Amino acid sequence: MASTDIIDMLVGIEPGSALDAIRARRLQARENAQKSYLSLFEPIDAGEFSLLERAAVAAFVTGLHGESPVASFYRDKLAASAGGVAVLEAIDAEIARGKTSGPYGSFPAGPLSIENTAGLIYHVNAASKSALGARLVAALEHAHLLVFRPRDAASGDMKVLLAAGWSDTGIVTFSQLVAFLSFQVRVVSGLRTLAAANA
Amino acid sequence: MSAAVNPPAVFTQDELGWVSWIEPLPEAELTERHFAGLVDRARAKSEYFRLLVRDPEVLEARTKTDKDIFYNVADGLPRAERELAAAATSRYNGCIYCASVHARFASTYSKRRDDVQKLLDEGVNADLGERWNAVVKASVALASTPVAFGPENIAELRRAGLDDAEIVDVINGASFFNWANRLMLSLGEPSK
Repeated sequence: MASTDIIDMLVGIEPGSALDAIRARRLQARENAQKSYLSLFEPIDAGEFSLLERAAVAAFVTGLHGESPVASFYRDKLAASAGGVAVLEAIDAEIARGKTSGPYGSFPAGPLSIENTAGLIYHVNAASKSALGARLVAALEHAHLLVFRPRDAASGDMKVLLAAGWSDTGIVTFSQLVAFLSFQVRVVSGLRTLAAANA
Repeated sequence: MSAAVNPPAVFTQDELGWVSWIEPLPEAELTERHFAGLVDRARAKSEYFRLLVRDPEVLEARTKTDKDIFYNVADGLPRAERELAAAATSRYNGCIYCASVHARFASTYSKRRDDVQKLLDEGVNADLGERWNAVVKASVALASTPVAFGPENIAELRRAGLDDAEIVDVINGASFFNWANRLMLSLGEPSK
């Protein structure tokens, strides 16, 4: 692979280590987790979802999961992005406001309703809105829902994103980015825990 | 976007449909770039995949990650328990569609349909025996935000007989469904 494998880097997997050998048994998964990262953060076409927006959403989503090497990686990525410094402060403030514990939310009305769990319905602070702009405000609010209460998602949420200027294709890539990061954060956390158990 | 959506209100092993809330690409507009993204050409018939193929490169990488984590059974955790991790994650996050598909696979590969149904009916605290309990508990800890997976999960999986490569299969399978659940839950809805 030409580029550094991000999961290996974030876990701290050394070539020739036991975890390197285990990951090598799922080579297609390892290579395609990396290709997923590259196609989201170094896309062929960023027309529907700009590189700055991708970096801002990634810093927000990984920051909501708590401090970690993954969150630091994407915060640094945002800081290094063109225009990133201008939104960094707002993203940091929104992470602090948005942090909670999940998953929570509601099930379809019926027998599962007893499992409904209330929690934070996050909205971007008025003070952050001018730095972020309408598209990112809508994106952060939806990303928070995806991170903490995905079972609350409704068709109306798509209309909110469309009204804020997101296209159908932009929504697909944005949703993939949040969902991919939900995977990447967990693989890194799980593998780091396993490595620590063997240290 | 069909007018006749009939969403299920409980977790089930029945086959469900899925209806998109935004516009999938029409089948007639798919190019070779899109077919590469779909990986299997037959997926052009699926509304879900024709929606995700709006970003073909991401879909292709997602699909190949998924297939290797679940279908590569040359070594490592039995397929049944990878599917159990997927079903438990989906049950905990609340994805009725994903849970239905992977509960069926877990039943098929384990021949323990009643235990799988117990997971769906009672939730992630259902008692399914030491080994399955350890897999479900690890999946739940991984699905939590902040991630709650810790050394006690590793110890429990080891006591249940899993080696490190099998534990990595649990981590990969459960983590992948935190990806899949969020797409299925937020871009459309299941229909009976």
